[in-house]
Amino acid sequence: MTPAKKPATKAAPTTARAAKGAGHSTSTSSPPAKKARRPRLPKPKWDVSDIQKWGPEKHELGATIPEAGNSIYNETGGWRTYVPEIDVTKCNGCMLCYFYCPDAAIVVENGKAVGIDLLHCKGCGICAQECPQKAIRMLLEEKE
Amino acid sequence: MPTMLNENTIAVTGNEAVANAMRQINPDVVAAYPITPQTEIVQIFAQFVADGKVDTEFITVESEHSAMSAAIGSAAGGARTMTATSSQGFALMWELLHVASSYRLPIVMADVNRALSGPINIHCDHSDTMGGRDTGWIQLYGEDHQEAYDNHIMAVRIAEHKDVRLPVMTMMDGYIISGAIGPLQMLSDEAVQKFIGPYKAINPMLDTKHPVTVGPFDGLHGWFFEHKVSMNRAMERALRVIDEVAQEYAQISGRRYHHVDAYRLDDAEIAIIVIGSTAGTTRTVVDDLRRQGIKAGMARVHTFRPFPVADYQEALRNVKAVGVLDRADSYGAQGGPLFLEIRSALYDSPNRPQVLPFIYGLGGRDIFPAHIEEAFGVLREAAAGKQIPVVRRYLNLRADEVR
Repeated sequence: MTPAKKPATKAAPTTARAAKGAGHSTSTSSPPAKKARRPRLPKPKWDVSDIQKWGPEKHELGATIPEAGNSIYNETGGWRTYVPEIDVTKCNGCMLCYFYCPDAAIVVENGKAVGIDLLHCKGCGICAQECPQKAIRMLLEEKE
Repeated sequence: MPTMLNENTIAVTGNEAVANAMRQINPDVVAAYPITPQTEIVQIFAQFVADGKVDTEFITVESEHSAMSAAIGSAAGGARTMTATSSQGFALMWELLHVASSYRLPIVMADVNRALSGPINIHCDHSDTMGGRDTGWIQLYGEDHQEAYDNHIMAVRIAEHKDVRLPVMTMMDGYIISGAIGPLQMLSDEAVQKFIGPYKAINPMLDTKHPVTVGPFDGLHGWFFEHKVSMNRAMERALRVIDEVAQEYAQISGRRYHHVDAYRLDDAEIAIIVIGSTAGTTRTVVDDLRRQGIKAGMARVHTFRPFPVADYQEALRNVKAVGVLDRADSYGAQGGPLFLEIRSALYDSPNRPQVLPFIYGLGGRDIFPAHIEEAFGVLREAAAGKQIPVVRRYLNLRADEVR
C-alpha cells in the first residue's frame, strides 16, 4: 500500500470530508459522497433485521446461511483507515482495479472507474497499488 | 441383552454385523480409512461396493481426519453418510467431530473401541470414545454383536430425526466383539429400508436452486453461544427420540433397547454399572451371588450421550452401594468418566447410595468373574454401612505397591 505521505486533510479535503461516516453500516444520515453512493441492494429473502435478539431456537440448523450472495448486506466500509481517491482524468479503463478489488467496491461507468463504494471498501489499497496509470491514491480518512 | 438363538441366527464377527447393517442401510456415501480393529468393517463394506450390493459412493481417503472431513462435506451436500473408525483414527478425527455436530449433520459412525497409545496398544478399552464424549455426538454403546448391528440401524433414525439432527456414534468392544464370532439375527433388507425410510436433508448444499452457506465464520460478536445451546437442547430431546426409535425398532425386531439395561435391579442392594461386553460376565456373577442370597444387580450403559440421569435414579432407587466399572480413566479426576456421571446423577437421588470407582480392562487387560466378585465384595461392605473411601480400585492390576 502507498498511503499518502502528506496529511490527508491538505491533500484532498473534499474527498475525505465527503467520505465521513459513509462506511458505517447504519449511518445514512450524512450526505453521500458524489461517487460513494449506496449500491441498490435487492431485498434479502432471509430477514435478519432483528437478529441481535435471536435466541438459540431461531437460527438455522448448524449456523447455515440459507441465502446466497448476501455478503453485500455486510457493510465493511467501517473497517477503513485509508480511503482511495480516483483521478478520473487519468483512468484509461484497464479495469485492473475492478478485478483486483476484493470487495467489488469499484464503481464503473462507461468502462471507466468513476468512484468507490464506500459502504464496502475496506481501504486495503490494492487498487492504488495495481493502477498502472497511478490514478488512485490512498488518503488518510477523516472520521468523526 | 443376551441373544436368543433360533433358526435365523447366523455366526458373524462384530465387524461383519456392522458392515451388514451398513449394507442394508445402503448409505449414499461412506468415507472411511481402515484401522485395527475396525479394518474388517471397511474391508467388507468395500467388497459390498465392488460387488454392486450397495449404491454407495465409497471414498477412500488418506487419513481419518480426511474421512471425517469428507463425511462432513458429503452430509452437508445432502447425502446419507457413514464412516467407521477406532482409537487413533478417532483421535485424529477429533476437531472434525465438533464440526460435524455443530453443523448438525446426521452422520452415523461405528467406532470399535480400542485403547489410545501409548504404550502402543491395539486392544479394547473405552478411552477413545470416552475422550470424545463432549464432542456433541450421541453415543450408543453396544454389548454384543446383535446390539452393534441393532444400534447402527437405529442410529440412522435417531441422527436424522428432526428434533435431533446430531451425529451418532455406535460402539462395540474391540476384538471381544469386533473380531470374535457371535450370534446375530439380521432383519430383511426390506425391513431395514422400511424402518429407516428415505433421507431428507435440511439445507443441502447440492440443492443449487436454494444455495446455502455451511460453516460460516460466526463473527466476534456472533451467535456461537446460541448455537451451542441449541445443540445441547437437541441432545436433551434425543433422550426421548432414542426411546421412541427403540420402541419402534422393537416392533420389527422383537428386541427392545433402553437407555439403561437393568438386570435384577428391582430389589438389589448392591449394583455394578458397566459398559460393553463385560456386562455378560457381570450377569453371570450377579446370578451366582443371587444363588447365594446376595441381592446383587447390574445396569449396563446403552445411551451415554445424552446421559439419562433420571433413568439411573429410577433404576438404582433401592440400592445401597453402587460400583462403577470404567474401562477408561480420567487422570486426576475422582474416577473414570462413567463414575463421574453416575455419582453426579445419584447426588439428587433420595437414597443417595455410596458410589465407588473401579477401573478395569485398560489396554485389553482381561477381566474374569473373580474380579467382578471382588468389586461386589467391596460393595457388600459399603451396603453393610461401612464408609469406603472414594479411591480408584483397580481390577486385575499386577501387584500394586501403593495399596
